[in-house]
Amino acid sequence: MLGFVLQRILQAALVMLAMSALVFVGVYAIGNPIDVLISPDATQDIRDATIARYGLDRPLWEQYGGFLGRLLQGDLGRSLVFGVPVLHLILSRLPATLELAVAAVLAATLIGVPLGMYAGYRPDSPLSKTIMTVSILGFSVPTFWVGLILILFFAVELGWLPAGSRGETVEVFGVGWSFLTANGLKHLILPALNLSLFKLAMMIRLARAGTREIMLSDTVKFARAAGLSDGTILRRHVLKLISIPIVTVFGLEFGSTLAFAVVTETIFSWPGLGKLVIDSIQSLDRPVMVAYLVLIAFLFVLINLSVDLVYALLDPRLRRGQVA
Amino acid sequence: MAVTFLQPGSPTRRFLGDFRESWIATGALAVVVLIVLLAVFAPWITPQDPYDIANLSLADARRPPGFVGSEGYVHVLGTDAQGRDLLSAILFGLRISLEMGLAAGLFSFVLGASLGILAAYLGGRFETAIMRFVDLQLSFPAILLALVLVALLGQGKGQLIVALVAAQYAYFARTAFGAAATERRKDYVEAAAATPLSGRRIILRHLLPNALPPLIVVATVQVANAIALEATLSFLGLGLPETEPSLGMLIANGFQYMMNGRYWISVYPGIALIVLIVAINLVGDQIRDQLNPRLRR
Repeated sequence: MLGFVLQRILQAALVMLAMSALVFVGVYAIGNPIDVLISPDATQDIRDATIARYGLDRPLWEQYGGFLGRLLQGDLGRSLVFGVPVLHLILSRLPATLELAVAAVLAATLIGVPLGMYAGYRPDSPLSKTIMTVSILGFSVPTFWVGLILILFFAVELGWLPAGSRGETVEVFGVGWSFLTANGLKHLILPALNLSLFKLAMMIRLARAGTREIMLSDTVKFARAAGLSDGTILRRHVLKLISIPIVTVFGLEFGSTLAFAVVTETIFSWPGLGKLVIDSIQSLDRPVMVAYLVLIAFLFVLINLSVDLVYALLDPRLRRGQVA
Repeated sequence: MAVTFLQPGSPTRRFLGDFRESWIATGALAVVVLIVLLAVFAPWITPQDPYDIANLSLADARRPPGFVGSEGYVHVLGTDAQGRDLLSAILFGLRISLEMGLAAGLFSFVLGASLGILAAYLGGRFETAIMRFVDLQLSFPAILLALVLVALLGQGKGQLIVALVAAQYAYFARTAFGAAATERRKDYVEAAAATPLSGRRIILRHLLPNALPPLIVVATVQVANAIALEATLSFLGLGLPETEPSLGMLIANGFQYMMNGRYWISVYPGIALIVLIVAINLVGDQIRDQLNPRLRR
């Protein structure tokens, strides 16, 4: 078991190393950062000084080596546009994205699971068919378009909810949170709903499939024989049993929620990580792009690693390396 | 659907017969065909060439649907910020969106299917290396990969197709590998491999035809996904350059005007996009159901 764990951790580390090299070399190929940094009428001396300060005059492998060394010390470089350390920049934007992602995941679960359970409990009712049609739409309609329609409907036509930004925030532990003020909460609703739609569709499918299967099981038959009402069976037994696969898939999908936040944050001008990365792509802010991508890659490698390890705990065949 | 297997005729004919029985899928297919025709013949049927600046008049800009412009005809869907007829812009945009979707779908199909089938045929190290990489990539969201690549490669049709293919080929590779690996282990393929038949023949005659049905299903879904992905990237300002106004860009251009109630500039291109994507997905769903032996009655 220990050998398997070590092997997987080593593999993950190798993947991370390869990813960081790919990202670094790839991002290096974009544009010329000197054009962004230095105004065209700067003197040659200022030019040289700036180039030397950012280390842009040294060969690529040396820049990568330096980058890797600093990365291991937690130093991700300085933003070319904002002039502050990238780590600081990312940490200051992270709460907004986390808040949005958590709100979206919660909304998807709280709305999706009951709808999916109903659709699984009464598969042939018209309401269930409507729910399933909506879930198909949730899968195929692009996120950005749904965001536009939400803004058009709730912000422009009805004027109920604001169309962008975070609204008032409350400082807790040194960072601002929107969900603690009524105004911030209002700002959170539309982006969270937008980001949750894809997960909502998935949640409905998962809950429906699970419920349909479990309604036929002996557990439910015995519960019925014991005289429990269907409502109680659904709440006490079915919900408990379908929650295992749902929680698993959710853990896996949290990373992609962060990725999709790129689109939602741009539409709703939500000042999170996704907005930051789009802005930095447009302004060729290399250190920020590299740091964001390395961070996301790290997140995915970490998620995959934990999934592998958890599966190994559950499935003894994997541990002996037969399928691995 | 109960008696169709009694009818004489080729499997293709039977397939088409089954397909016709689902009115949703038939309707969706009709919509797809209609949209493709409209897009192909756009230059001949639109009221104006939306990208000939001589045709545009700022006096016509941002007019609501039904406005009669300075050229004397009705702008059925209104006009955009440059006074462009929106219907014409949408049909030209559909052309570009479809072109991108089909090109990305085709190249991902060829690349993914080749890698997947080759991995199944060769096995061993090659299989491990390829499929490990594919699985790793599948765990990473396609949109992020495409976003990064577009940022790295710059704007342009070719670059965008490369980014879309890189983000999508893995789905084809996984599907092709799954089907081909199952087939590879069957006795008749093992027997064929023991004879002097060339590997090429085994791949083309035995592995590819058996991997084809699931690949076709993936292809329909992925063309729709490529169109959606391209629209998303163009909406974010990272997809195609200004000279190639796809539907995503039309929607992005109208976004700023939506706040003061000029909804049509964004909404109608969006509706065209959604109708196209949903119709392709519905056709794909039906093909999948028909090719799934467990659902066949």
